[in-house]
Amino acid sequence: MNAYRPWWRPDGFVVYAVVYLTFIYLPVLFLPLFSFNKSKYIAFPLKGFTLKWYQQMVNSPDMLEALMNSIKVGLMVALLSTMLGLLAAKAVTRYRLPGRGPVMGFIMVPLVIPEIILAISLLILISQAQIPLSLWTVGFSHMLLCTPFAMLVLISRMEGFDRSLEEAGLDLGENAWMTFWRVTFPIVLPGIVASLLLTFTISFDDFVLAFFLTSTDPTLPIYIWSSLRFPTKIPAVLALGASIFVISFFVVAFAEWFRRRGVKTDSTSGI
Amino acid sequence: MSRTATSSHSFGLAIRRRFLASEALRGFSLLSPTLLAMVFGLAMPLLVLFTLSFWLQDYVDFIKTFSWKNYSDFFAKPIYGMILFKSIKISGMVTLATVLLAYPMAYFIAFRIQKNKLVWLILITVPFWTSYLLRVFAWKLMLGYNGVVNSGLKSIGLINEPLAFLLYNPTAVTITLAHAWAAFAILPIYVSLEKIDRSLLEAARDLGENAFMSFVRVTLPLSMPGVIAASLLVFIPTVGDYVTPSLVGGPSGIMIGNIIQSMFGKALNWPLGAAISVMSMLTVTAMVCLFLWGTHRFRRKIA
Repeated sequence: MNAYRPWWRPDGFVVYAVVYLTFIYLPVLFLPLFSFNKSKYIAFPLKGFTLKWYQQMVNSPDMLEALMNSIKVGLMVALLSTMLGLLAAKAVTRYRLPGRGPVMGFIMVPLVIPEIILAISLLILISQAQIPLSLWTVGFSHMLLCTPFAMLVLISRMEGFDRSLEEAGLDLGENAWMTFWRVTFPIVLPGIVASLLLTFTISFDDFVLAFFLTSTDPTLPIYIWSSLRFPTKIPAVLALGASIFVISFFVVAFAEWFRRRGVKTDSTSGI
Repeated sequence: MSRTATSSHSFGLAIRRRFLASEALRGFSLLSPTLLAMVFGLAMPLLVLFTLSFWLQDYVDFIKTFSWKNYSDFFAKPIYGMILFKSIKISGMVTLATVLLAYPMAYFIAFRIQKNKLVWLILITVPFWTSYLLRVFAWKLMLGYNGVVNSGLKSIGLINEPLAFLLYNPTAVTITLAHAWAAFAILPIYVSLEKIDRSLLEAARDLGENAFMSFVRVTLPLSMPGVIAASLLVFIPTVGDYVTPSLVGGPSGIMIGNIIQSMFGKALNWPLGAAISVMSMLTVTAMVCLFLWGTHRFRRKIA
């Protein structure tokens, strides 16, 4: 039967999976390739191996500053939107709320309007209120975009949550805050980690909101966008892209290791 | 004096008791920071956008009197409508391609992979850790004059001169977007397939349906929520995308996002840009409603 067939036994599906993975991997694999290419032109044929673009990357203060800006904004956004998402997720999973549907729908709106429209609406409001554009306005806009994602991730973690555990905490004499800290928080922690990673990634990769809402401080995508017009700057950008890719690989591997560890302790403490 | 003090004290206590007793109040006070952020950051800006679409631009200032001029401009110049229509068409194609390509892959992971499904899901998302801009740029590299496809075809002797028509057209935009949004289609479809109770499929087979018919009558209808979510997650954001068309679209691949962006940039006509945005939002909403209505009818027909 189907259920006992190993996945690698070749048939139509396996062939399709290989073709599909090739389609999604092939284009992005060429990017690191050109970060090691001697020629400054991003075109074939390749001219030989070099590390000079990585050297140029480390010696490019503009790019590193943009990177730092993105990291700063991303960390702020990850913390704030996860906090807002946590409160909101707790509210909708824990209490019976009148008008839950419309409220949820309203918070989810940023997921279903084109980003450019969110960007220009905020730009109009901010300029009408005469607030100067800065990394703060970028961060605020990212927070709006990320909160629905954080909320969805956390709701899915909290929905399977056994409320009697919280009640037990209260019955055993903990106050509400300590119950949250010692019972709720550890159980929801994998969701929080997932939410922090997801929201940081969204903020870190966002171009559209930052493009409209920043003034002179570029985030990394803004820097990449401006250097795409100068062919000589591209190899160093590709070098940075490759480095970020390798780092995120380790972060995800670590998160997965952390998650598995969490699952293990869950099951032993359940006995 | 002291009587009023005690009564106000007990009044405060009563409020506190009522607050603790009422689920709705406690729930909404937990929700209030998020709601407040959304009111200031979402409802108000959209309202201001709507208002601005009825104002007019006067060099760097606005004429703040009500006017339909932006909307009449939108309908008077066919270019805006045409580009909006083209954007819808491109996004529709992208959505169709992404969902059709993603479905078998999601099916493969949900039904054929027994162990380490998460590793497969991570494998799917790895390419998308690269910056969106660089992913789009990668297609410039694939389809460009001295790009991967041309160099490949030349080296195996199929062509002598590079093909120039690969890049800078609506097809290039479609391919690039279909690649960039692939993960957004696979994950929701996978989740809905994974949720399907396997005993339903066994029941269908036991009742004499063949593999294909049990897919059509059981698996497909039950996975429709995922397909719908995937379609919306791809369709809505891609309509407004302007990064991809400006990098790989060329003059013929311009989309409505480029027009809106230029109104807030070089063309400097914010009110007209706001009106175009409002029209785009209305059109997208109408398309989404039409799509939901269509899929609803489709589900009822096969169920």
